[in-house]
Amino acid sequence: MIEIKSLFKKFGSLEVLKDVNLTLNKGECVALIGPNGCGKTTLIKTILGMVLPNAGMVYFNQKPVLNTVNYKNEIGYMPQIGRYPENMSIGDVLQMIKDLRGNHTTDETLYDAYKLENILSKKMRNLSGGTTQKVSATLAFLFNPKVLILDEPTAGLDPIAAEILKEKILSERENGKLIIITSHLLSELDELVNRVIFMEEGQIKFNYEVNALKQITQQQTISKAITYILKGGNHV
Amino acid sequence: MYKIIRFVLLDVLKSKVLLSYLLLLATITWGVFSLEDNSTKGVLTLLNIMLLTVPLVSIIFSTIYVYNSAEFIELLVSQPIKRTKIWTGLYLGINLALFIAFSIGMGIPIVYMQGFEIGLMVYSVGVLISCAFVSLALFSAVYTRDKTRGIGAAIMQWLFFTLLFDALVVLFLFQFSDYPIEELMVGITLLSPVDIARILVILQMDIAAMLGHTGAIFKAFFGTTWGLIIAYIVLCLWSFIPFVISLQKFRKKDL
Repeated sequence: MIEIKSLFKKFGSLEVLKDVNLTLNKGECVALIGPNGCGKTTLIKTILGMVLPNAGMVYFNQKPVLNTVNYKNEIGYMPQIGRYPENMSIGDVLQMIKDLRGNHTTDETLYDAYKLENILSKKMRNLSGGTTQKVSATLAFLFNPKVLILDEPTAGLDPIAAEILKEKILSERENGKLIIITSHLLSELDELVNRVIFMEEGQIKFNYEVNALKQITQQQTISKAITYILKGGNHV
Repeated sequence: MYKIIRFVLLDVLKSKVLLSYLLLLATITWGVFSLEDNSTKGVLTLLNIMLLTVPLVSIIFSTIYVYNSAEFIELLVSQPIKRTKIWTGLYLGINLALFIAFSIGMGIPIVYMQGFEIGLMVYSVGVLISCAFVSLALFSAVYTRDKTRGIGAAIMQWLFFTLLFDALVVLFLFQFSDYPIEELMVGITLLSPVDIARILVILQMDIAAMLGHTGAIFKAFFGTTWGLIIAYIVLCLWSFIPFVISLQKFRKKDL
């Protein structure tokens, strides 16, 4: 569904992505992990066309995405830190995005679950980090997209809200959508993902199915398996 | 794209800055007309004030607005909307809002007080100057990521076009006063939107005769229909070219 071919990106003299190749298919739930500054967010932003690569290409359903926008109709994106126009209220933001996307049938599960209706008139600048994340999550799932890109989705959410989001991710996974999650909380990925991609210094170090990963490392959970590999034991 | 224009327009119209701008222009206009009994002098005073305030407000306000919309722009880019449409929508939205404020505060009152010939000239020139400086604001805002520097660049541009450029021209005139540079002066004038605007209006009035030999040559150029058309085209280019350059840059910008 999404194919990335030899992607390079430099910010000034800093090489953020070095020859990234990746194929992501329908129905997968992929965890994109790695230390801070390894290029996860840049990779995601390149897929979304917010960052333009120096070389290489991203394909969506076999079509190159450079300078096109229609494929974004199929993507729901939840940024790491949601930044919204400060003088708009939650209602304004939701209304504006609905307006811009045109007449879609909307999926308001998260809107209802997070009870956004009660705080629609609150201005974005007065929202706490967690509430902003709730708005981001609602927007990402609102148009029932085929691909969900979630950048640190549960960071800043309270346990109940995080649980609601996880359940939503699981139910969308059942619906056969492609879901890409970046996270540092390896423990919460266990129940969600079926593939793990580990990035380091702008390169993909390994890319395994979860079952294969557990088998190779002889560990029970993703976090233990990753730690095991990183400690250098039985490097595969 | 009209959705973005509408959104930006409503957002700007809601801001207090625009309302103060409107009130400022209205106060100046009514003040000048009630103080000056000679209407030609009134238009000249008004023209000079207009050529200081309109560029200043247009460039500073748009620069700040573009920087404050950084989040909004980022949000839009992650949605299925072409970058060209986002940037053009922003440009047209700001221009439209400033146009409304200028029309109500200054443009329409001038046409009402001065009649169509001079009134429409001042009105149209004011609108084009406003567009030119919004265009320059977008140009400097897209090239500098830092807000403070961007605003600094905007103030520098305003200073350059309203004060420094004239000083340089005078210096140039004195240095080369022994040579026949009058024709060259016409070309140099076209390099500053503020000067084109000023000369366009002045030459429509009888006082042009007081400008001496250079004035006569200016009159020979700008006084003709072709001169007028060229001057208007150059003014339009000033509101267009910086914007188009900024658009090219914005299409390739990492957000």
